[in-house]
Amino acid sequence: MIYAIPLAWLQLTRRKSRLIIALAGIAFAVILMFMQLGFSDALYDSNVRVHSQLQGEIVLISPQSIALSGLKSFSQRRLYQAAGFEGVKSVSPLYLDFAFWENPENHSSRGIMVIGIDPDDKVFGLPELQQNINKIKYPDVVLFDQDSRPEFGPIAAEFNQGKLVDTEVGGRRIIIGGLFKLGTSFAANGTMITSDLNFLRLFTRRQEGLIDVGLVTLKPGTNVEKVLQALRANLPNDVRVLSKQEFIQFEKTYWKSSTAIGFIFALGTTMGFMVGAVIVYQILYSDVSDHLMEYATLKAMGYKNSYLVSLVFQEAAILSVLGYIPGFALCLGLYDLTRNATLLPISMTFSRGLMVIILAIVMCCISGAIAIRKVQSANPADIF
Amino acid sequence: MRSHSVITINQVNHYYGSGKLRKQILFEVSTEIRAGEVVIMMGPSGSGKTTLLTLIGALRATQEGSLKVFGHELNGASENLLVRVRHNIGYIFQAHNLLNSLTTRQNVQMSLELHEKLPLSMRQQKSEAMLEAVGLGKQIHAYPDELSGGQKQRVAIARALVSHPKLILADEPTAALDKKSGRDVVELMQQLAKQQGCSILIVTHDNRILDIADRLIHMEDGWLTSVENTNRNIEETTRPLLPVS
Repeated sequence: MIYAIPLAWLQLTRRKSRLIIALAGIAFAVILMFMQLGFSDALYDSNVRVHSQLQGEIVLISPQSIALSGLKSFSQRRLYQAAGFEGVKSVSPLYLDFAFWENPENHSSRGIMVIGIDPDDKVFGLPELQQNINKIKYPDVVLFDQDSRPEFGPIAAEFNQGKLVDTEVGGRRIIIGGLFKLGTSFAANGTMITSDLNFLRLFTRRQEGLIDVGLVTLKPGTNVEKVLQALRANLPNDVRVLSKQEFIQFEKTYWKSSTAIGFIFALGTTMGFMVGAVIVYQILYSDVSDHLMEYATLKAMGYKNSYLVSLVFQEAAILSVLGYIPGFALCLGLYDLTRNATLLPISMTFSRGLMVIILAIVMCCISGAIAIRKVQSANPADIF
Repeated sequence: MRSHSVITINQVNHYYGSGKLRKQILFEVSTEIRAGEVVIMMGPSGSGKTTLLTLIGALRATQEGSLKVFGHELNGASENLLVRVRHNIGYIFQAHNLLNSLTTRQNVQMSLELHEKLPLSMRQQKSEAMLEAVGLGKQIHAYPDELSGGQKQRVAIARALVSHPKLILADEPTAALDKKSGRDVVELMQQLAKQQGCSILIVTHDNRILDIADRLIHMEDGWLTSVENTNRNIEETTRPLLPVS
């Protein structure tokens, strides 16, 4: 039966101040969930900045590699073999290692990630890098990530003033030839990129021809899956073939399984969920208590229990949706604030927006289901 | 020709509690109420009046004896039947028990929502007409907390009568009202119910309204002690008793 009087809505909106407080509580829970989920995604995303910037479809790594911070080198010959497969346009080697960077100002040391690439190949999609790529063809000239932690020294500021910036990395003097923007991750507080030859000059124990990552670029229109299968079937098993997406996932999985990030933020999200559920329960319970006599009257008039049950669920649904809207809006601002303050890649995504509204609705329905027990106790015989 | 019996009660016993604490509240209660009859039930507090009223109103399960309302046996009736019986009863409570979040018209309309498949505009019209009939035509958009006690009780009467019930059950309808408005409310109830040919059972302590009854019944310690006809004759009614829909 269709009821023309939207009792749930009228009951909630009759007392405006109470409704506003209720919605503020739910919005708070929504924001809490958004922030926790956002932080956790941002931390994972920050660890795949290098991966995401790679300009290729397929990546070769050693099967013994565990993450960007734990790469094992393999023979460059595998990469040349891959170049011979149908659909492959070009291949490019990457050297990657960590060295100590001396802060030119106070001479303290800090670990930096060093990436060596062939300056003639387009390995990364960073625009500032491409502008200055020719400078790393000179010996001991490197490009520095201006989004590195400030502990590396005021490199970017001095460079932009036109000064010659040089320092020591791993005991060898290097010169800053340009800047680019990448950002930090758990593995690296800072990054510098140079040519493969300069890389080998810095890491004298590293052998030429033993690379850390092999990048394969395909011809436009080539089926990536087909090439992947062909490479996996024909290359020896001393090399692991991943698509770019799998490479990103490989890194994320490492951080998820070997660190507490996943757990901490799942816990935080659960806390937000619980806080919200308790708030909604309080609202619904006191609402039902206040109207218990009225509900008993409705039962006496011939309304069924199911009407009252649906009434409580309607209120729960209205609260969750109305509370979500201000929560969502405030979160957009908070994400902006966080992004500027921490340089973490945090932003609203459709899937997270969807996930949180589902959580908010589930949260309200659980509270509603508990509050309904109170409605069942509305006994029409008691009102006489 | 005598009119139909709306309520037939035969040897009804009722108990509260269980085991050693089991206490009998009603003892072998038997009576009947006919269509169009106005009956007032009197008796001291705790005598079982309200219990009997809730049994008749299908709000409590009948335990022993036979209790027929509109021809339906309520002893052992299913929850579904009880709900359907309630649809044909209008309740007026001591406290008005209006829904505070709804306007007076919406309150009255709540009673119609359950009934026939009337279109919305008809439901609104009927509710407004009913409020007009109880003298609240100007207050259709007022909320209960903006009305006086007598006005609220009149809304409750409109709500009880708008769906044309066959029976009105009223528990101390004048208790919260002053003499004048109490009298007005009961007369209004009686007058409207007569128009619709519906029976009324009123539980009251209020001696000032006894004259509106066709018949008085007394309850004492769970026994129905006396049944007396007042001076007025029971008006014959030709309204046929419809089966519960």
